[in-house]
Amino acid sequence: MKLLTINFLTCARKTCKSTPASFPLHPKEAELEQVETEMNPLFLRNILPRLDWEAMRMLTTELGLPNLPAETPAPEELVVATTTDLDAGNGDDRASGPSQMARDLHVLLMETSIASGKLVCGNCGHEYAVKEGIANFLLPSHMV
Amino acid sequence: MSRPEDNLPPDLFYNDVESRKYTTSSRIRNIQADMTHRALELLDLREPSFILDVGCGSGLSGEILSSVDPEEGGPHTWVGMDISSSMLAQALERDVEGDMLLADIGQGVPFRPGTFDAAISISAIQWLCNAETSDVSPEGRLKRFFDSLYASLKRGGKAVCQFYPKNAQQRSMISTAAIKAGFGAGILEDDPETKSVKVYLVLSVGGGDVTGAVSGIQDVDVYDSRRRERKRGKEFVEKKEGKAWIMRKKGQMEAKGKVVKASSKYTGRKRKTAF
Repeated sequence: MKLLTINFLTCARKTCKSTPASFPLHPKEAELEQVETEMNPLFLRNILPRLDWEAMRMLTTELGLPNLPAETPAPEELVVATTTDLDAGNGDDRASGPSQMARDLHVLLMETSIASGKLVCGNCGHEYAVKEGIANFLLPSHMV
Repeated sequence: MSRPEDNLPPDLFYNDVESRKYTTSSRIRNIQADMTHRALELLDLREPSFILDVGCGSGLSGEILSSVDPEEGGPHTWVGMDISSSMLAQALERDVEGDMLLADIGQGVPFRPGTFDAAISISAIQWLCNAETSDVSPEGRLKRFFDSLYASLKRGGKAVCQFYPKNAQQRSMISTAAIKAGFGAGILEDDPETKSVKVYLVLSVGGGDVTGAVSGIQDVDVYDSRRRERKRGKEFVEKKEGKAWIMRKKGQMEAKGKVVKASSKYTGRKRKTAF
C-alpha cells in the first residue's frame, strides 16, 4: 500500500463518512518496504494539487520518516531546466527534467509502501489490517 | 450454463481453484484485455491518471492500465478493489503495480472526495444485483456503491463499467442507481443482439451529456432515450380509465396473485349515469 494511496484512503464506515477525523488513517505497527518503480513526472504533476499535504506530513511523522517541508511544493518545483552539451548551439532548446523535489516525492509517494501493519480510523478506532501490502476493508454487516 | 452469481457470492465463487483457472485461461485474458482497451478508449485519458479499478480481481485490467503508452496518455497509476482474497493473491503473484484493497464495493468506495481521475470496472458490478445477506438489498448496495463512487471521482471525471446484465431489469436497476447518484449515464453495446454482446455503462460526473464519449469512435449509433421520453409525454398521455386500462390492471393484479373477478362483456361497459 503506497503512501500515495494512504493519502486518499478514509474509513469505510457510514457513520465516519462525514467526520473529519476519518481521514487520514493512522498507521500502527507498520512495516515499510521500498519498491523500485519507474518515475512518472507527468503523473506527479497531475496528482500534486490533490495531495493533502498536512495529512502527508502527519503520516511521515507517524512512520518515523524524515520531515517534509511545511508548504506543498508548487508544480514549477517539479521540473528543472537542464541543458545538454549537444544543445549548446540552440540557446532556446532546453529540455526540462525532473527536479530533486520530484525525485524525492516519487520515492516517498510511489516507492515507499506499507507491507504490513494496521490503519486506524481517528474517529471510530477501527483497525484495518494490512497484509502483503493489501488492506482489508471488509466490514462485518453490523459495522457498515 | 448458469451464471456464476446465481450459485454463490463472489468471494466464495472465486476461490483458489477458480481464481487460478480464471487468471490462466488465455480465452478469458483476451476477452478481459479487449474490454479493458475498449473501456480505456471510452475514458479517453490524455495524461497519466489516478484510476480506481472496481473488481480488479487478479489484476488483468490493472496490468493494462500500468502499461499504457505515453503517447496514449499513460502509464496510469491505479488502485484496485476486490472481494475475493484468492483473486488478489493471484494479483500478488503476478506482481502488479497497483495497490489493492480487499473490500466489498457494495459497502462503498472508501476514498476522500475528488480522489480519482477515472474509474474502470470490467465484469464486476452485476454481482451487486444479488443480495447475499438479508439485511441489505441489491438496491441498497447499488446506491452505496454509486453514491460513493461519484464522490470519489474528481469534477469532470468519468467511469466506464463493463458488466453482464442477466436481463433488462438488472440493466435498468444498475443504470437507475447510477443516475440517482448524480452521474450522467449512457450504455454502449458492442455486438448488440448477439450472444457475445458486451454492455458498457459510461458515466460522467456532474450529469450532462455523455454522448461526447463516443463522438470520436466510429460505428456507434446513438439512441437518445431522453428526447424520446419527453416527446412521448406530450403526444401520448396515459388514460386512467376505459376498458383497455381496466383489462390491463386486472391482468396485473392476477399476475400478482390477487383475487380478480372473471371478465365478461359487462367489464368496463359504459354505464348510464342516472343512479
